[in-house]
Amino acid sequence: MALAPDPMLPRRARVLASRQDTRDTWTLELELDGAAPLPFAPGQFNMLWPFGVGEAPISICGDPAEPARIVHTVRAVGAVSQAIAAAAPGAVLGLRGPFGHGWPTVQAIGHDVLIVAGGIGLAPLRPVILELLAHRGQYGRAALLYGARTPADALYGHELDAWRARGLQVLTTVDVADRAWTGAVGVVTRLIPRAEVDPARTVAMVCGPDVMMRFTAQELTARGFPAARVHLSLERNMRCAVALCGHCQYGPTLLCRDGPVLTWERLRPLTSVREL
Amino acid sequence: MTAPPTLRLARADLDALLDAVRADGWTVLGPTVREEAIVYDRVDRAADLPAGWTDVQAPGRYRLERRADEALFGYAVGPHSWKRALHPADVRLWRASRTADGFAVDDAPPAAERTAFLGVRACELAAIAIQDRVLLDGPYPDPIYRARREATLLIAVQCGTAGGTCFCASMNTGPGVTGGADLTLTELLEPAHAFVVEVGSPRGAAIVARLASPPPPATEPERAAAGAVVARTAASMGRTLDDPARVPAALQETYDHPRWDDVAQRCLTCANCTMVCPTCFCTQVSDTTDLTGDHAERWRRWDSCFTLEFTHVHGGSVRQTARSRYRQWLTHKLSTWHDQFGTSGCVGCGRCITWCPVGIDITEEVRALLAPAAPAPGGAQ
Amino acid sequence: MSEALGLEDVLREHPFTTGMRPEHLRELAGCAREVLLAAGTFPIREGDAADTFYALRDGAVAIEVHAPSGPLVVQTLHAGDVLGWSWLFPPYRSAFDARVVEPARALAFDAPCLRGKAERDHELGYALMLRMARVFTSRLAATRLQLLDLYGPRA
Repeated sequence: MALAPDPMLPRRARVLASRQDTRDTWTLELELDGAAPLPFAPGQFNMLWPFGVGEAPISICGDPAEPARIVHTVRAVGAVSQAIAAAAPGAVLGLRGPFGHGWPTVQAIGHDVLIVAGGIGLAPLRPVILELLAHRGQYGRAALLYGARTPADALYGHELDAWRARGLQVLTTVDVADRAWTGAVGVVTRLIPRAEVDPARTVAMVCGPDVMMRFTAQELTARGFPAARVHLSLERNMRCAVALCGHCQYGPTLLCRDGPVLTWERLRPLTSVREL
Repeated sequence: MTAPPTLRLARADLDALLDAVRADGWTVLGPTVREEAIVYDRVDRAADLPAGWTDVQAPGRYRLERRADEALFGYAVGPHSWKRALHPADVRLWRASRTADGFAVDDAPPAAERTAFLGVRACELAAIAIQDRVLLDGPYPDPIYRARREATLLIAVQCGTAGGTCFCASMNTGPGVTGGADLTLTELLEPAHAFVVEVGSPRGAAIVARLASPPPPATEPERAAAGAVVARTAASMGRTLDDPARVPAALQETYDHPRWDDVAQRCLTCANCTMVCPTCFCTQVSDTTDLTGDHAERWRRWDSCFTLEFTHVHGGSVRQTARSRYRQWLTHKLSTWHDQFGTSGCVGCGRCITWCPVGIDITEEVRALLAPAAPAPGGAQ
Repeated sequence: MSEALGLEDVLREHPFTTGMRPEHLRELAGCAREVLLAAGTFPIREGDAADTFYALRDGAVAIEVHAPSGPLVVQTLHAGDVLGWSWLFPPYRSAFDARVVEPARALAFDAPCLRGKAERDHELGYALMLRMARVFTSRLAATRLQLLDLYGPRA
């Protein structure tokens, strides 16, 4: 896993492009000084710092094969994420990273792959999809199940068809829709029976709100996906990102160091504990 | 290799030892009386030490009292711990200014003054070893802690008095110093006021070598008397953590125990226990800017898991209740710390018991949580 | 493909009947026929007599409710799902619309036939109700999650 060179100090990351994806979500492309590459593993995150405002952990959602082009999809929900989302081309953000332990893309080689994403949870999984499609032959069958609030809230709509064409089964569902939407309506767990993968030989990667991940993992294990091969990416209050500040503790784990990606086998006993 | 020398230093020669420490380039921090407590501060002369004072400690209670003798180290531990010097409560991480190409960070490497800690107890050596583990042995060592830690001389003192809330013997962290110090002193009050000095490192040996009149080796009776001091303290320990080997795993079965509700009725979530704890390491960072908005600073400050903001995520805080925050603190100290860092997070110094305004006693809470007849909560959905 | 399978085989392969005893399968098959639901049609209309129960083999059907602003899609059903439960209880009137989104092959059960057999043979009735109950609970659980608006902004 790539380690940040000087983890405490922000580096300059210039915004090259910004695109509004949905009502409250933007995707930024960034570049370090001198277009220095920032090698990362899918599932790792950076700490982004709009000058003087504060830092926020944001998953890297670019292509691992293009480490000089740093891509982040940001949902503007707080002061810091709003300032990041508002960064226009030419603006410079502070960046620390990459941090954390990401998705098991290497362990998944030779397996079927099931990706289940909810809302902005698709962003941290995008590098997995790009890596999988770049080495499509190394994996078995592969499916993406994606749930969003409404069709207008779905991310990367322009890419889903391209992914489909390159050998990824893509099923989408939304919570609320009118007749213009031709995909499914309902929670993302309802798509699981339709995923064309063999549970026993599948590595599953799940990202979304806590509740969505918990119910998804339960449904997956009920359908024969081994808990040791169901991986979730957790969100807690990550501050230092280098296992020194204690904020992201989740029971016996420090999520910034041991996660954010952990197996359901490890998480299951913890998720039943309230306010852990 | 020869056995480390054991020397005898007369009480009257303690100033000479302090002079030698300073002459070797160290500023000395040690115990001194301030505002009716024994705290760590700059110590220049032996006269700055709390001669003739002891501390009387009980849950929620700390008082200084006069001793019948002039012992310099005749107390247990006060509200300060050495983490104040090694892991400062408030430190600027960096400064940044806006520039034409974005911003520039002033990343001056952390400076640390060579500092000797005088009067370090066995539990405090254990606490420093734990903070070393947390702050230095992870994937990203903390440069501030590292700079300070490397610039630290440890002069330990064997405990001659067990505090009313101590339980280091059951945590296997004291009261005897068994290593990790550059010099270790045992204070003897009779037949004459003197110190038995054990040299624990080349740094310690360098200090001793600076003494104008080299101290003689300690006699056999003096060494025996020094050993007796520790044995007596161990026997008079105020408290015990029951069955410590069983605690880490057993606590992880108690997340739904009604005792957490009970302690939550008493806990004020004031964070005193985390401030006085010598191993609690959690920090928060905050960014500030000046009025022009062109200069920013990042400060790191001690934080506490007892605050609501500690677990803030989009949508609210994870640990809303006193129950969950006290549970986090206790289970972290005694259980999940092992998972995270391969060591306990508690050294049995008793500070959290003494300085808790309502006298919550961690040993008593653990006893209640792990009592065999613990009632099982209902399994409602 | 399906042409090669008898009705009972089709029924046996449907997840709804998993674990059902052969004699019960045979009884159920006696109430069923294979149908093709064409896109855009409404196999169920709110307020109509609830006289049919469907087991979907493929395609997609949207459960809809009509509102002044236009129809709202509540949930979609796909291969392996069953459609319709108003036929179980009086007054046997459908509560929602069901619109075929993607053409679907299905088994259509005559509801009075099912009710009659379940009433006469409570063993069969229990096996049927057990499976319906599982549908209700999993559909309710999914609906609860959907109601949480998990991805939506939280103030």
